[in-house]
Amino acid sequence: MSEMQDYQSSLEDASSRKFETFSYLPAMSPERIRQQVEFIVSKGWNPAIEHTEPENAFDHYWYMWKLPMFGETDVDTILAEAEACHQAHPDNHVRLIGYDNYAQSQGAAMVIYRGTPV
Amino acid sequence: MAKTYNAGVKEYRETYWMPDYTPKDTDLLACFKITPQPGVAREEAAAAVAAESSTGTWTTVWTDLLTDLDHYKGRAYAIEDVPGDDERFYAFIAYPIDLFEEGSVVNVFTSLVGNVFGFKAVRTLRLEDVRFPIAYVMTCNGPPHGIQVERDVMNKYGRPLLGCTIKPKLGLSAKNYGRAVYECLRGGLDFTKDDENVNSQPFMRWRQRFDFVMEAIDKAERETGERKGHYLNVTAPTPDEMFKRAEYAKEIGAPIIMHDYITGGWCANTGLAQWCRDNGVLLHIHRAMHAVIDRHPHHGIHFRVLAKLLRLSGGDHLHTGTVVGKLEGDRAATLGWIDLLRESYIEEDRSRGIFFDQDWGAMPGVFAVASGGIHVWHMPALLAIFGDDAVFQFGGGTLGHPWGNAAGAAANRVALEACVEARNQGRAIEKEGKEVLTAAAANSPELKAAMETWKEIKFEFDTVDKLDVAHK
Repeated sequence: MSEMQDYQSSLEDASSRKFETFSYLPAMSPERIRQQVEFIVSKGWNPAIEHTEPENAFDHYWYMWKLPMFGETDVDTILAEAEACHQAHPDNHVRLIGYDNYAQSQGAAMVIYRGTPV
Repeated sequence: MAKTYNAGVKEYRETYWMPDYTPKDTDLLACFKITPQPGVAREEAAAAVAAESSTGTWTTVWTDLLTDLDHYKGRAYAIEDVPGDDERFYAFIAYPIDLFEEGSVVNVFTSLVGNVFGFKAVRTLRLEDVRFPIAYVMTCNGPPHGIQVERDVMNKYGRPLLGCTIKPKLGLSAKNYGRAVYECLRGGLDFTKDDENVNSQPFMRWRQRFDFVMEAIDKAERETGERKGHYLNVTAPTPDEMFKRAEYAKEIGAPIIMHDYITGGWCANTGLAQWCRDNGVLLHIHRAMHAVIDRHPHHGIHFRVLAKLLRLSGGDHLHTGTVVGKLEGDRAATLGWIDLLRESYIEEDRSRGIFFDQDWGAMPGVFAVASGGIHVWHMPALLAIFGDDAVFQFGGGTLGHPWGNAAGAAANRVALEACVEARNQGRAIEKEGKEVLTAAAANSPELKAAMETWKEIKFEFDTVDKLDVAHK
């Protein structure tokens, strides 16, 4: 049996801040990001990119990167937009969303580039 | 031509057995499983159930002739064999919509499962399914918010939600209880839950519980940057007291409260659901006492009916059984009533125990809650069975972690996210569950410890209430 460990999390330590789905897994590699984009496309959802300063991540509304990519099914095009958003805002969280317009909800939402904790 | 009055007892089938009747779209339809008394013909027993659950009395009375009973009566319109059972049969009964007060599950079930369940002509009786016509559905308030609104409010997308019932369920002080809540939430759970037995006992009055729990939620939100909640149980001895507690929960900013809809009663539940809609508070529904009503395969009310009833009465979450944990649940039947809670149109499917098409129109869906006897090793199966629109509640599976609640919560969260990611990648998560969890544990000492703790636990008792299947 593993030896007991303290649970590392505090108000003081900004790296304790999470950002919902997949934020308890290691930061995403390019291959893992690609697989999630493929999933969103396979579900017929509309991909979208958003970003925010990490200290404002709790807000419901982040900044939209352009408009959602309605009807876009080319994985490389979607990845290129995500990458462009990340390059423009390297210290921000960048979130990939799959809008499910039938459920009127987000079928998927995940941070794919993690910003610098402050 | 006007009818004449003949006092005395008539055979039920003369009035209530109508095999040529075609049910109307506005009729409320019911399927009963009947065990007749020896010597009673099926048609007579079915007609008797139709009569006693609608307009009938044991003898003719003269005031019958002051109205048009042929309009108001329930009609037994079909009989079917029960697969695998020679003693019982299914009776299908159509009720005109005029028999029921709008928006009142209380009124519907006072008729359908009232005196008829004690009626002498049947030995046992079970209400298997009810088709609520869309015309009736539209008179009900339904879930205060529903799945889509809750996801938006709580900011949870693309995965099931995670919860935990705080234990021990009785005896903690309010401050110690709040500590247990805080530890779970800071570790990564979305929700914690009052045990159903926790109302406002001398060891922990509701007011202090609400205050300490709210502090725990606030701090966990600031610490993790995620939205959190705790189902504050407002089930109370009287409706006035229930609303008093609900008002206070709203006042301190609690996002969600809870109610026990069977022991608390459907009148109280429907009122509370309306209040939740008006006040923007989510409503979690527990189902204490359901097994008294739904477990016996020959008598009572099937859970799929109680689930439909709750969707009409109102709730944003409902406990459904886990299929994999310590409590009762047959997989196909459970999938059936999960669909009845969440989808907008559900087709008849006898292989899942669904006897009627059910159209819910625009009525919001209810999150299915899987709770009881589950831990990280169950995660792949839970995700495969329930999909995303569910809350998985690990009580012992969080609090029983050798390093405490926060570590237990983190272990569950990592396991869940690893399974969701793998599913999205197209992997067969039930089959590959062990590899997925083992790989995730390489980056999570909390998950590794959880997997060491619970590896050997299994619950494989046979289900008591199985679907009816042919035996010959």
